[in-house]
Amino acid sequence: MAERPEDLNLPNAVITRIIKEALPDGVNISKEARSAISRAASVFVLYATSCANNFAMKGKRKTLNATDVLSAMEEMEFQRFVGPLKESLEAYRRDQKGKKGAVELKKKDKDKKEDSEDTDKNREDENEDEDERMEEEEQNDEEEVDN
Amino acid sequence: MASGLSGSGGGENRLVSLPLSRIRVIMKSSPEVSSINPDAIFLIAKATELFVQYLATHSYKHGQGKENKALTYSDLSRTAEKSETFQFLADILPKKILASKYLKMLEREKEGEQEEEEEEEEESSENEEAS
Repeated sequence: MAERPEDLNLPNAVITRIIKEALPDGVNISKEARSAISRAASVFVLYATSCANNFAMKGKRKTLNATDVLSAMEEMEFQRFVGPLKESLEAYRRDQKGKKGAVELKKKDKDKKEDSEDTDKNREDENEDEDERMEEEEQNDEEEVDN
Repeated sequence: MASGLSGSGGGENRLVSLPLSRIRVIMKSSPEVSSINPDAIFLIAKATELFVQYLATHSYKHGQGKENKALTYSDLSRTAEKSETFQFLADILPKKILASKYLKMLEREKEGEQEEEEEEEEESSENEEAS
């Protein structure tokens, strides 16, 4: 992939929001500080990737996986991230499973509807909720690719 | 592909606010990386968020701008200089010095090395070395 240099930047608006949420209310973040943190974040991604890749290579694996990233965090002296990361990963995996589950449920529900229309009204409501959530997520996925 | 929506990206319920696709591009720009598990991309994105928070709070806490309720560049470069964990940032967050100070430093160096040489002469000799 031939990427342009700006493709290696992270979206400034998102970075700024993360900084603002981390600092006390009303703290002014200079423009220079914002772009410096943004650059630092890109370098962090590369550093972490390279570290994690070393662990994958040591394990004679071609694909970089979650364990490699967690090991990299320890090596980089960001042990404090490991706990929160594990929690997020669990939530992420549940989420991914949920997506698949929702699609399957929907199919089942469709078949069932043809047999008995008015049973499982609650179940249907649940599915509707899930559909909405999925739509939201699809939108978000689109947002992920920007300039 | 969608573009320009990054600002509003993501509601509260999202697990990660940095765009995974962009994280993936950055990871892939590393030549030795062949393939990456989606879990790993997610984790790197999340870790980067934690890193941004940590870098910002750490720099603010130990910084000079605290009295004015401000986070400045020098707070960040100081973190890169002083904290071992953030040492890897030292190259991209260099300490800023005034141009006048820098010129003085150069002059002092010059005086130490070869006092009688003219400024232009030294510059041209440096160019020769570089080429």
